[in-house]
Amino acid sequence: MTRIATPLKAWAQRFSFLLIIGMTFALMVMGSTDNRLVETLRTQVVDITTPVLETLAKPVNTVEQLITNVREIAELRQINADLRAENERLMAWHHRAQQLEAENAALRNLLNLVPEPGMRFVTARVVGDSGGAFVRSVLIAAGETAGVSRGQAALAGQGLVGSVVEVAEESARILLLTDLNSRIPVAVGSNRKKAVLAGDNSPEPSLRYLAPDEEVRVGEAIMTSGDGGVFPSGLPVGVISQVDDTGARVRLYADWRDPEFLRLVDYELPGLIAPLVEGQDQTAVN
Amino acid sequence: MKQTGLWYRLDTAARAIIPFVLTLMLVLLSLLPFNTPDYAPVVPSLAMPAVYYWAVFRPDLLPLWATFLIGLVQDLLTGVPLGTGIMMLLVVHLAVMGQRRIFTNSTFPMLWVIFALFSAIAYTLGWGLAALLMPMVPSGDPVMLQYALTVASYPCLAWLLARAQQLFLN
Repeated sequence: MTRIATPLKAWAQRFSFLLIIGMTFALMVMGSTDNRLVETLRTQVVDITTPVLETLAKPVNTVEQLITNVREIAELRQINADLRAENERLMAWHHRAQQLEAENAALRNLLNLVPEPGMRFVTARVVGDSGGAFVRSVLIAAGETAGVSRGQAALAGQGLVGSVVEVAEESARILLLTDLNSRIPVAVGSNRKKAVLAGDNSPEPSLRYLAPDEEVRVGEAIMTSGDGGVFPSGLPVGVISQVDDTGARVRLYADWRDPEFLRLVDYELPGLIAPLVEGQDQTAVN
Repeated sequence: MKQTGLWYRLDTAARAIIPFVLTLMLVLLSLLPFNTPDYAPVVPSLAMPAVYYWAVFRPDLLPLWATFLIGLVQDLLTGVPLGTGIMMLLVVHLAVMGQRRIFTNSTFPMLWVIFALFSAIAYTLGWGLAALLMPMVPSGDPVMLQYALTVASYPCLAWLLARAQQLFLN
């Protein structure tokens, strides 16, 4: 009996081994062809896991807050002085902004501009961070039911972080600007040179497709251009940190480690004419 | 008597899935967002050392399909091209299965060195697969960083898993 059983067992083992390898390859092919089944599976698994991650994240957040608190207490004096200085600077900007706002409103009136499309914000907690070697994305605990939809822009405190790529019922995945697959139409500097911000898994994404005769300098600000009508125009993105022969790199305003909460911009585009109008409006401001 | 038999069987079953459940928990743990400064954007793969550990010490409790499932969940959650992570875990598991003889009587440093070797193969393969499945070749730096972190996390993780093994499985 054992004489037959042993080879049979070995054969079964080899078969299951081949089956598993085969299944892995099948999944790879299915995954790379934008298969609907794979997408459903992905969103389902993410939806099931999100509440678990949320619960697990709570003690982590507490510890984190504790560490931050201790750090801040040690540096309280310095932080206070910095904030005072910043406040003074910001007050000056505040006055300037008020002036510009009034001037902008007056000019709009003169031109009879179409009003800007409305914006709605959804704020969501970040519950998962892929932190992997190949992708840069985060999971948030808000999905379709909260009004999240594909293509929405995600902002952290200081600027754009990424965009929504996958939506499940109660969760969604945000592709970060630093990810290899991220391509965002942006405008550079005060004269709004058009370019595409392309991630490459490094902390500082690069600028691509600048017109050949246009030059960019370190320190120029980058904002979304609104081209393609997916993102609203004028969301702050970052500043140019280095320029060399191979191109320019952008330091993002939103640090990758900032987002504990993300704000998603629900941008209701009334018609295709709106981005054009908004583009003009932006140049008028600048 | 029958009651004890049932309980005994339930208990054994619960113990038998511990390696699988613990490894799955580690996958979730590595997904948690840590927002403290000074923390790298790349986190170590916690599943890989765990798969290696169980494949070495309790291969009976972590069959190949369990590794496949863990890899599948991890790939779906992290959003990498599907199959990349599965293949990396399977490579480590299969390497252990294929070289079973070297693990008898091997010391801790030996196990660590072998893990570093096996995971190097897994990461090289994973990077190659990602390059095939993604629109462009992913930069190697984060991959190297994650590999280094994963190897560095092995002693700590192996210690924890050994405690868990003592607690639940012996």
